[in-house]
Amino acid sequence: MPALRLAVRRLLQPVLLLLSLLFLLAACSSEQNDPYPQAERGKNILYAAFTDRPKHLDPVQSYSEDEITFTAQIYEPPLQYHYLKRPYTLIPATSEEVPVARYYDARGDELPADAPVAEIARSVYDIRIRPGIRYQPHPAFATDAAGQPVYRDLDAEKLRGIDQIADFPDAGTRELVADDYIYQIKRLAHPRLHSPIFSMMSERIIGLGELGETLREAAKEMPSDAWLDLDRFPLAGVTRVDRYTYRIELHGKYPQFPYWLAMPFFAPVPREVDRFYSMPGMAEKNLTLDWYPVGTGPFMLTRNDPNSRMVLERNPNFHGETYPCVGEPGDEAAGLLADCGKPLPFIDKAVFSREKEAIPYWNKFLQGYYDASGISSDSFDQAVRLGVGGDVSLTDEMRAKGIHLLTSVRPSVFYMGFNMLDPVVGGLSEQAIKLRQALSIAVDQEEFISIFMNGRGIAATSPLPPGIFGYLDGEDGNNPVVYDWVDGRPQRKAIEVARKLLAEAGWPNGRNATTGEPLVVNLDTTSGGMGEKSRLDWLTRQFAKLDIQLVVRSTDFNRFQEKLRKGAVQLYYLGWNADYPDPENFLFLLDGTDGKVAVGGENASNYANPAYDRLFERMKNMESDGPRGAERLAIIREAIALLQHDAPWIYGFHPKSYTLGHSWLHNRKSTDVGNNILKYQRIDVARRARLRQEWNEPVLWPLLVALLLLVAVILPAAIGYRRRERGTAR
Amino acid sequence: MLAYLVRRLLYALPILLGVNVITFALFFVVNTPDDMARMQLGVKRVTPEAIEKWKAQRGYDKPLFINEAASGSAVFTDTIFFSKSALMFAGDFGRAEDGRDIAREITSRMGPSLAIALPTFVIGLLVTVSFALMLTFFRASYLDFWGVVLCVAMMSISGLFYIIGGQFLISKMWKLVPISGYGGGLDAWKFVILPVLIGVISGIGSSTRWYRTIFLEEISRDYVRTARAKGLSELAVLFRHVLRNAMIPILTGVVVVIPLLFMGSLLTESFFGIPGLGSYTIDAINAQDFAVVRAMVFIGSVLYIVGLILTDLSYTFVDPRIRFN
Repeated sequence: MPALRLAVRRLLQPVLLLLSLLFLLAACSSEQNDPYPQAERGKNILYAAFTDRPKHLDPVQSYSEDEITFTAQIYEPPLQYHYLKRPYTLIPATSEEVPVARYYDARGDELPADAPVAEIARSVYDIRIRPGIRYQPHPAFATDAAGQPVYRDLDAEKLRGIDQIADFPDAGTRELVADDYIYQIKRLAHPRLHSPIFSMMSERIIGLGELGETLREAAKEMPSDAWLDLDRFPLAGVTRVDRYTYRIELHGKYPQFPYWLAMPFFAPVPREVDRFYSMPGMAEKNLTLDWYPVGTGPFMLTRNDPNSRMVLERNPNFHGETYPCVGEPGDEAAGLLADCGKPLPFIDKAVFSREKEAIPYWNKFLQGYYDASGISSDSFDQAVRLGVGGDVSLTDEMRAKGIHLLTSVRPSVFYMGFNMLDPVVGGLSEQAIKLRQALSIAVDQEEFISIFMNGRGIAATSPLPPGIFGYLDGEDGNNPVVYDWVDGRPQRKAIEVARKLLAEAGWPNGRNATTGEPLVVNLDTTSGGMGEKSRLDWLTRQFAKLDIQLVVRSTDFNRFQEKLRKGAVQLYYLGWNADYPDPENFLFLLDGTDGKVAVGGENASNYANPAYDRLFERMKNMESDGPRGAERLAIIREAIALLQHDAPWIYGFHPKSYTLGHSWLHNRKSTDVGNNILKYQRIDVARRARLRQEWNEPVLWPLLVALLLLVAVILPAAIGYRRRERGTAR
Repeated sequence: MLAYLVRRLLYALPILLGVNVITFALFFVVNTPDDMARMQLGVKRVTPEAIEKWKAQRGYDKPLFINEAASGSAVFTDTIFFSKSALMFAGDFGRAEDGRDIAREITSRMGPSLAIALPTFVIGLLVTVSFALMLTFFRASYLDFWGVVLCVAMMSISGLFYIIGGQFLISKMWKLVPISGYGGGLDAWKFVILPVLIGVISGIGSSTRWYRTIFLEEISRDYVRTARAKGLSELAVLFRHVLRNAMIPILTGVVVVIPLLFMGSLLTESFFGIPGLGSYTIDAINAQDFAVVRAMVFIGSVLYIVGLILTDLSYTFVDPRIRFN
């Protein structure tokens, strides 16, 4: 018997212990599934998630969406986008006003604003920042009684015991000055940093390319980890006017430049911060600007653990900004002006948790542990109901929780591009154009959006997405090559029209009219997984409508890029997200002077139509507002008509973003260009606490059932054991 | 024994070198330094000059194995292979391609990996060995039959199903623990319970069947009959004699795994948002970060070798007849 008791105890003890622990925990309070520390309950904290860890937080390198979610809240470039106004409007961030370009000819004489582009040799932007703006507290600014930096000669030994920025005992701040912006623009040319816009900007900013060369030579003379003091190297095109004003001089005219001034690339980086992070031993401890950004924005990064959690906290030195009082029609009714004039930011802290998988992310949102969420394909039917007419509404479950839905068409375009250098599908001959037009008709984008995107997109008729100047709705924006305008709606042309075009192109029934060989089109794409396969199968069927054989050549991203660079593709699949809301940022994708094969540019189709290039050249140097706005619009329409006729792309779709927000989250408006949106968000903390508690009452009966089941298994075993032990030998 | 250990450690060096060469070759067969640069520099506005600059800065502009332009030992040392791999033998893993220190990352991620892997391993071992002993005790009875059926059913189900099902039931429906995430210090327990529970349950089927087979083989031996004849209770027979004599095959499978617990679990860490070494490896593969992949493969190899040595050592503890010469 003692042996039996021992055995039962051995078997049951760990299980009972575990179950008791669970019972105890469940009994302690509700919200046992709360993933956040109990101390955070009831605090003014916004909870969000991120999927991919940011690679760079240094404003000179950061360029992806994952990164700008953080950098845009920390760094302050001189300009920003108005949160509510549409179309997107630039407004000052740290600057006094949005700078206006002054133009000069080659002799240095100032020209009027409407001077011909050919006469403009230089554009000059004077940017005056507001005095009194201060940086977040940071050890790089800590000074001693003599005004010298406290941390000026650190090394690996002195850094012992310091693992993060918060470990430095002293911190300080200082006022933002024009020199900080100049220093950062010089950093674009830093030989050890890899700014993605350096090459492009060195063609624009006077002297930037030369500075890059000078810095490269200077760096060669120094140890690889030595600090390169950029103040020692002048930049001809960027100069200090006074303590708060700096001047940027550009080659020629570049009206899109102010948009760049709203990106973190042009945010200030103080010299002492650069020097601080360059000290020996800092990089080994990940103490770099790439890891711990320093800015003047409303938030500062206080915890950077991109593997699990990143935390932004209110910058105590934030200069003060108020919530906007004007927006677009409908904003007032939507409650978006209710906080007019109130000081920003509203929240004290934002906690971003890493969620690699869609299922936990979605379930945590439903439990109230994330304040907002996107909608993955898996959750779409649970969240959204599509009406017969394509209208979108939330499901009853979502409505019952008070969740609201925000939708917007993203400033992006996805397309299948033809390689215009290809002897079969490329070129501007009448036959080639008809072949591409036929394929444009055959690939039913509306069906694709319906089947594969849950209706989350609109079919593209040109490279320009809605919301971008030059995009036309209705019949004016119709692509007459692909659609007929019937009863006030676009209707895709019948497949017979495509067949006729194909025959006129010399490929009747998908066969060469002369040789009888079948037409085989190769599609290069990056893909993988079942979802992609089903898409490609669908695409094959679209081509089969014209008896054209589609061969899909799936490859990894790098191989794909290499093929594009070499022009070794026939048809490829790509997309483009806007850098800024200007038509130039889309139409340049087909600029003949920027061909991928010829100059390694962004025109992956290598489309080169001199007529289009002339129109693009005129259009890109014009402003959308002002007296020449109408002229610009006319040029864009002409350019788009050319693109629709030549069909270098099969225009795909502009994706729609759907985001959900809980009832306690206020002031949310879809914005795909401005990213510094965190400061506008407001949370009703009491409501969140109440609803979270209501939704997360633990269910305890399964524990009891588990316990009973365990007993039901162990008891017969124990009885059986006892019977055997007591039984007679057999 | 010392001589044996030294010999085994010396054997390990060529193995590690071989693993390094193979990893290096495999990685660079599918990834050129240009590909790595493009992956790191992003998609937009990447110029050939930027790629060259990136490669030069990180030493990827050198030849892979042999530098014909160099002279003397530099023919071999001034190459990507030597500059990237040799220092690992001195414990210097260098920096990831995004500039972050790999050793620090590994150190910080080891804790979360172990927090899941260690309890899963220990509890799993206790539960499965106990369950297997119980089935052995009730061999050829209905309990044994249904126990084996249950084991077969459990081992036939994908690990992913356990994870998603566990998250659905325990976290979503019953709201007992967080569905995913990780917290340091005292907060860690509530994130650890569910992955550990799922890890233990998902391993019961296959492990129990394996241990049951081993125990059944032992239970028909003469010494077991002798122990029973002495009047020992069946539990004493099972735990004191059968279990001890079945330790060799158990240890063969178990001890080798212990060092590898540091490496974490790829699937579990990903689904539960555990910032461990498993997810680090997966992220590195996705990002084509050769520096991290190389370091993780190297550490994995070292730990595997350590595991094999520990396995050999453990034999001497459970079987006094085994001696190393």
